[in-house]
Amino acid sequence: MDTAAHTHGHHDHHDHKPGFVQRWLFSTNHKDIGTLYIGFALFAAIIGIGISLLMRLELAHPGMQIFANGQMWNAYVSAHGLIMVFFVIMPALIGGFGNWFVPIMIGAPDMAFPRLNNISFWLMVPAFMLMTAALFVGEGPGGGWTIYPPLTDNTYHPSMALDLGLFALHLAGASSILGAANFITTIFNMRAPGMTLHKMPLFVWAMLVTAFLLLLAVPVLAGAITMLITDRNFGTAFFDPAGGGDPVLFQHLFWFFGHPEVYIMILPAFGIVSHIVSTFSRKPVFGYLGMAYAMVAIGFVGFVVWAHHMFTSGIDVDTRAYFMAATMVIAVPTGIKIFSWIATMWGGSLRFETPMLFAIGFIFLFTVGGVTGVVLANAGITQILHNTYYVVAHFHYVLSLGAVFGIYAGIYYWIGKMSGRQYPERLGQIHFWLTFVGVNLTFFPMHFLGNQGMPRRYPDYPDAFAGWNLIASVGSYISVASFLFFFYVLYVTFTKGAKAAANPWGEGATTLEWQVSSPPPFHTFDELPRVR
Amino acid sequence: MDANRQALIAKRNRRTGIAAAGVVVAMVGVSFAAVPLYDLFCRITGYNGTPMIGAERPTAPGELTVTVRFNANTQPNLPWRFEPVQPSVQLHVGEEAMGFYRAANLSDRPATGISTYNVTPEVVGKYFHKTACFCFEEQTLNPGQEVDMPLAFWVDPRIAEDPNTRGIRTITVSYTFFRSLNDAERAGALANAGPHVGRLGNGTPAGITR
Repeated sequence: MDTAAHTHGHHDHHDHKPGFVQRWLFSTNHKDIGTLYIGFALFAAIIGIGISLLMRLELAHPGMQIFANGQMWNAYVSAHGLIMVFFVIMPALIGGFGNWFVPIMIGAPDMAFPRLNNISFWLMVPAFMLMTAALFVGEGPGGGWTIYPPLTDNTYHPSMALDLGLFALHLAGASSILGAANFITTIFNMRAPGMTLHKMPLFVWAMLVTAFLLLLAVPVLAGAITMLITDRNFGTAFFDPAGGGDPVLFQHLFWFFGHPEVYIMILPAFGIVSHIVSTFSRKPVFGYLGMAYAMVAIGFVGFVVWAHHMFTSGIDVDTRAYFMAATMVIAVPTGIKIFSWIATMWGGSLRFETPMLFAIGFIFLFTVGGVTGVVLANAGITQILHNTYYVVAHFHYVLSLGAVFGIYAGIYYWIGKMSGRQYPERLGQIHFWLTFVGVNLTFFPMHFLGNQGMPRRYPDYPDAFAGWNLIASVGSYISVASFLFFFYVLYVTFTKGAKAAANPWGEGATTLEWQVSSPPPFHTFDELPRVR
Repeated sequence: MDANRQALIAKRNRRTGIAAAGVVVAMVGVSFAAVPLYDLFCRITGYNGTPMIGAERPTAPGELTVTVRFNANTQPNLPWRFEPVQPSVQLHVGEEAMGFYRAANLSDRPATGISTYNVTPEVVGKYFHKTACFCFEEQTLNPGQEVDMPLAFWVDPRIAEDPNTRGIRTITVSYTFFRSLNDAERAGALANAGPHVGRLGNGTPAGITR
């Protein structure tokens, strides 16, 4: 894309920042809110990853190691899932990078509703407090991240823990909805002159599709958990057959939200990876329109495949046949994206710096997770693999290795832009390899465990599964070490990092954020850039 | 940025924002509407093995015979014995037949139950018609009382024409009796449901021990 921005030096004189409280607590600046989101996600990740370490410590050997009982295990597994989904991946990718770069990439001075943006972020904080507090109340929120009744009704989860968890989801959901409305409005109305929809960078496209998915899916979750809350506390019977309700209805509502949710978590990473692959191949993205509309297609089809999560919930064979076929259709637009990334690299002058390593790692690992996804899409095979570690391996390959690699790639790609200091390349590469080895060692053996029939959601297992579980646990220790190492990389970046140029990546980086200084002035684009 | 353009953008932003809020409200509405709509959908299409009610029975029975088996379940919360009187009946398609379930209250106080039902295989739901049943009405049984509950039904002869169902010779009718919520509340059963619903517990419910 051919862009030209006016220089911004001339209005630096009125670039004064407000005081600390004004700037960080009452912030309406999209860059500061983005920074807050990323900081929040990193903090939540410490807790979410900490819990996963506890889980792997428990599963390292047969028998009970550190958890008091099965319910405590349930609560921690559920908290790990909910924290990673709602408080790590979504804030980092959507709130963090989205807020930081969507306005800059479309040449807008800020988000459309800056104050709404502020409340979006500050809703996340009480939500996270409720979520973690739930762990210490009663029997804990042990319903899994899917919170299916009857397990989550007041017979099996009598204390307030689950209500705290549900209210946490309500707040996080409200935050996402406000954020989504903000992104849609910003992208539709605030683009610089000349920035047509078909010239928008792919990350902005990804955020637009993500925002639409959020707007359509999250209210359904809000509806479902409201019903669950009234079932639990006010005597309604939406999901209780004794009062004429149907527990399977909850599964339908949940997955109508839950399936788009998995695309909500991965689409922004798709966008980031497209930019990085293009930058480090010094070529424009192969098949730009195909890439953009592949994401739109994934978003559309993502809404009509939800029951593939319910193949064993007693739905008839015709319905399963439909959902199986529709699910496999998603492999087509996803395949277009994978193909286009590879085609972008083809014949490019590749540089394997840390963001590119993470981006290629993403493409490889996401493809592995996608292939196991196609396996699981088969209704017949799912009869066997449902609720085994094969499923755990699958969704960690697309999320823990996919979305998280997207986050790391984005941080390394943009940290010079965001902080003004470039990361140390050697340490970044060490971090990549440590993470790559760690997560693969953790999750690849889970395919074998699942195929051997090890079920999910148990703190204990027969001795036959001990070998691969120990290897997975060792892998998780390496992963946690790499996460700690990442904080060291950040520390070195902020204290000793070299000053970043406006565009540290050279000619491959063509989007608008590389035309403003690093870090960008407090107010970008008071004078609108003109896109040719 | 000049004031004109800013005002224009602010106006468009407001419009887009309101439209987005409308979408959110509509989606919440749709998710609540899903509750009655899903029920209606099942009753019309026989989805999930939901039997048909109130259709006109053909005058002449067909050739084909099918076996209808009876299954009964009772929620542990309800102090009843609930079972079919006969394990199965055989009937011609298009012919009306009758089966009985028997329920007895085993406790020393009245208990109210309420039932749900379906048929298996689920695809025959749209061909299985019920003419009289005790479905989804509250039944109160006094201590020791025993009642027979009749169920009249017929199978649509078109079951033999549908490629999805023409091989089916056995249909299982399944009833599940639950304790009605009102009754459970009266009997104090809900008091066991947890500290914030009834009596205060110590936070660790029974049954979650290792």
